[in-house]
Amino acid sequence: MSDMERRDDILTIAETWRNSGREVALATVISTWGSAPRPTGSQLVIDGDGNFEGSVSGGCVEGAVITEAVGVISSGKPALLEFGVADENAWELGLSCGGKIRVYVEKVN
Amino acid sequence: MDQNLLKQINTDRAARLATILITDLKTGTQRVVRESELDSGDPLHQDLLAAFRGGKSRSLETESGELFLNVYTPPTRLIMTGAVHISQALYPMARACGHDVVIVDPREAFGTNERFPDIDLITGWPGDHFPNLGIDAYAAIVTLTHDPKIDDPALEFALNSKAFYIGALGSRKTHARRVERLTVAGFSEEQISRIAAPVGLDIGAKSPSEIAVSILAQLTAALRLRTSGEQAG
Repeated sequence: MSDMERRDDILTIAETWRNSGREVALATVISTWGSAPRPTGSQLVIDGDGNFEGSVSGGCVEGAVITEAVGVISSGKPALLEFGVADENAWELGLSCGGKIRVYVEKVN
Repeated sequence: MDQNLLKQINTDRAARLATILITDLKTGTQRVVRESELDSGDPLHQDLLAAFRGGKSRSLETESGELFLNVYTPPTRLIMTGAVHISQALYPMARACGHDVVIVDPREAFGTNERFPDIDLITGWPGDHFPNLGIDAYAAIVTLTHDPKIDDPALEFALNSKAFYIGALGSRKTHARRVERLTVAGFSEEQISRIAAPVGLDIGAKSPSEIAVSILAQLTAALRLRTSGEQAG
């Protein structure tokens, strides 16, 4: 396995974190429009303290996803998030590339 | 996601099994389907088949709501015979395209670490080593020595495998003689036709780097266009 895959291996990190007793959520890019920076299927793993690995947007909306993920970890309920230029928060969230993405956030139980 | 499901996906990925995680975005329910166990009775059979072929995750509108298919396919590998000039050009390009690379060459003078730094280099015969490489449908085999002693056993192994691409360097004349040898060895015309030879797309390539580009382009088409004729990326 190459270094690139190891760095990108979000599911292995998720399992390792979970096995060590940490609360874990996974965020997955469900769909993209326009010039979204990361393809569908890209993932982010987040723990209950907001530590994370991976990327869903190359850095643009990770902050918001992490905040939501911490909420998903405490509620246990999945969330479907949408970011993009049509969203009034788009500029403040920084997806200024003009793309649009939907992200599914779920807890690992 | 259930922790056991996560564990199963990771175990399958480590075993180079292609799987799809299906998530119902409304209810959050999930199931995993292995490519090797894909059932024609599955209501999503056609969509799953296309997703495995294209290797691309996607959402899917169904009557009962939106589903997300997360496709996990094993990393593709390029296995070459010949630690030669063309493979020196080809291996970094193949890596840049995301393929793991293995080179097999019994000739010690060719397969040196100086010529091939930081690569999985096997000094030995393809007949001895190919059976241990786990060559599956996510592997490509390219023979580059045009020495029948080295290339023929590799091609014979490749033709009995599910490799998604088989290419052999050598002129039309060299390939005609190769076809004769493989026929004598018991391979049918249809089997032998899996070999791309002369290897690579016909782009008038001259230098080793240009030949590497033509090989990689042909390999990419074989991977991404597959039999469904569907383009994925």
